[in-house]
Amino acid sequence: MTILVVAEHDNQHLKAATRHVLAAAQAIGGEVHVLVAGQGCSTVAEAARTLPGVTCVKLAQGEALASAGAENMTDLVLGLAREYTHLLGAASAIGKNWMPRLAAKLDVAQISDIIRVDSPDTFTRPIYAGSIWATVRSVDPIKVITVRTTAFQAVAETGGAARLELVTGMTDSGLSRRTDLRLNILSRPELEAARVVVSGGRGLGSAERYRELLEPLADKLNAALGASRAAVDLGYVPNDYQVGQTGKVVAPDLYIAVGISGAIQHLAGMKTSRVIVAINKDPDAPIFAVADYGLVGDLNQVVPELTAVL
Amino acid sequence: MKVLVPVKRVLDYNIKARPKADGSGVELTGLKMSMNPFDEIAMEAAIRLKESGQATEIIAVSCGALTCQDTLRTALALGADRAVLVETEVELQPLAVAKLLKALVIREQPGLVICGKQAIDDDSNQTGQMLAALLGWAQATFASRIELGEGSASITREIDGGLETLSIRLPAVITTDLRLNEPRYATLPNIMKAKKKPLESVTPDTLEVDVRPRLTLIKVSEPPARQGGIKVKDVAQLLDKLKNEAKVI
Ligand SMILES: Cc1cc2nc3c(=O)[nH]c(=O)nc-3n(C[C@H](O)[C@H](O)[C@H](O)COP(=O)(O)OP(=O)(O)OC[C@H]3O[C@@H](n4cnc5c(N)ncnc54)[C@H](O)[C@@H]3O)c2cc1C
Ligand SMILES: Nc1ncnc2c1ncn2[C@@H]1O[C@H](COP(=O)(O)O)[C@@H](O)[C@H]1O
Repeated sequence: MTILVVAEHDNQHLKAATRHVLAAAQAIGGEVHVLVAGQGCSTVAEAARTLPGVTCVKLAQGEALASAGAENMTDLVLGLAREYTHLLGAASAIGKNWMPRLAAKLDVAQISDIIRVDSPDTFTRPIYAGSIWATVRSVDPIKVITVRTTAFQAVAETGGAARLELVTGMTDSGLSRRTDLRLNILSRPELEAARVVVSGGRGLGSAERYRELLEPLADKLNAALGASRAAVDLGYVPNDYQVGQTGKVVAPDLYIAVGISGAIQHLAGMKTSRVIVAINKDPDAPIFAVADYGLVGDLNQVVPELTAVL
Repeated sequence: MKVLVPVKRVLDYNIKARPKADGSGVELTGLKMSMNPFDEIAMEAAIRLKESGQATEIIAVSCGALTCQDTLRTALALGADRAVLVETEVELQPLAVAKLLKALVIREQPGLVICGKQAIDDDSNQTGQMLAALLGWAQATFASRIELGEGSASITREIDGGLETLSIRLPAVITTDLRLNEPRYATLPNIMKAKKKPLESVTPDTLEVDVRPRLTLIKVSEPPARQGGIKVKDVAQLLDKLKNEAKVI
């Protein structure tokens, strides 16, 4: 049994998500290799070589891989896949984009968003916005899997000394080309990696109020900012702030939900946080059913008060 | 250009799903079913392309039991020109759906397939990507803007960290994200008219597709419930709890 973990990175830094996926790979067992595919990403490969338990890092670099486009990533990994019993990536925007494409090319199922390894061929994953867990067994010779990173505790950053192998012969499918990239400039921790998340919903009322109230609170707590779908749809914050079934899944030590009702689609993205605080003026809001500490009140008063005493 | 829109019949998003008592599956009997919300967005995108003269015909496809006809009638009422039901009692997984859709794409020759990004029942987020793979087409998932050109399209996608825009070759598969549009509702006159629109039935056999599942469902279960906590009376008590009880700040 040899497993290939596909590294999550931005061509400069190896993202923490990779270490969570590696934990899932180790739960399956067997030898583990890591693929670093991108452009100008040799520092990422160097970081991957020190990951504990990894025996080989494969580095594939080229213009065709610069933006991790689905077509080229698939063609690359297709060339490597037959050496492996399992191919694992993060259930991130990148992994969700290309891994199903790879699975179809291999004529195998893809297993999305696993939260538990039951055995090397059996996995548990949430369905119906996390209301239900399904345990499934794959009969395919190669298992293509995306991993919910919050469900597996990251392995350490160092301890290993993997050999480096270069992968060559990348081609460009010519099907797709990135013409623009607009990344939000973040002056605070990343949503998925933050220890504390402050999240706002429709109750904030406007983009200005979201900023005025939540940014100072997040600053005090060195927190990442998140949001409900309603807050994103209303334009309070960019799309990638969305936490939930169809947004990001987070599990920080502390999640503070401000003016969020707690729809099941939102809970799907945060209910495994260690401690949940809810601030809402409606005492019957469903968010209180999952909150460790609920504060019923007007967020316009409560949030500045909390920020002031922190 | 024809546009093909796959629409899935799913448990309505307002209803909490529960496992059957024996853990063999999800309890759906007697519960309200609806079109997958992302497929409503896909339908809306297709309709707008037709309204602007960029699409000529919209074909809605649903794969599953006979009851998927309801979902197809909704698609017809929204604006699809005709519908195809791929009827089967087999529990379909994304790879099987992608193969069925591929067979229909070969028959219908659309210039574009617009899928939802994710079915809110299985939460797989796979079918569109798999279809693109099987056809050897370009894919643009999680679309929040679609602009068609000559032989290519410019698609803005929601990604981690922001937005990216791709130029993709047509024909292609696009999957919709929430911010692409706000779907319209079917009006009563259109619901009446939809009853007269063509709805064809085929089967996996006639399409020569093997739909046998690759994943065996061992069991479904309810996740461990999170214990609700307490209500604090004010900010001071909240701060105290966070510092001294939860020790998170
Ligand atoms: C296909 C699909 C996918 C979805 N995916 C997601 C997802 O990934 N993530 C997600 O979050 N949602 C998702 N949703 C939407 C979800 O169903 C809810 O509509 C959404 O989460 C509601 O956002 P909200 O809590 O901010 O707004 P609301 O439900 O409107 O709640 C606002 C809350 O603010 C409170 N409030 C108002 N004013 C004040 C005040 N002054 N002080 C204190 N409290 C106040 C109110 O009491 C209320 O509880 C999805 C829905 C669908 C159909
Ligand atoms: N049984 C089905 N019938 C029609 N379309 C489907 C079916 N299953 C999936 N799809 C399409 O594929 C998308 C993604 O579904 P999934 O990969 O299951 O999350 C859906 O939004 C639909 O557009």
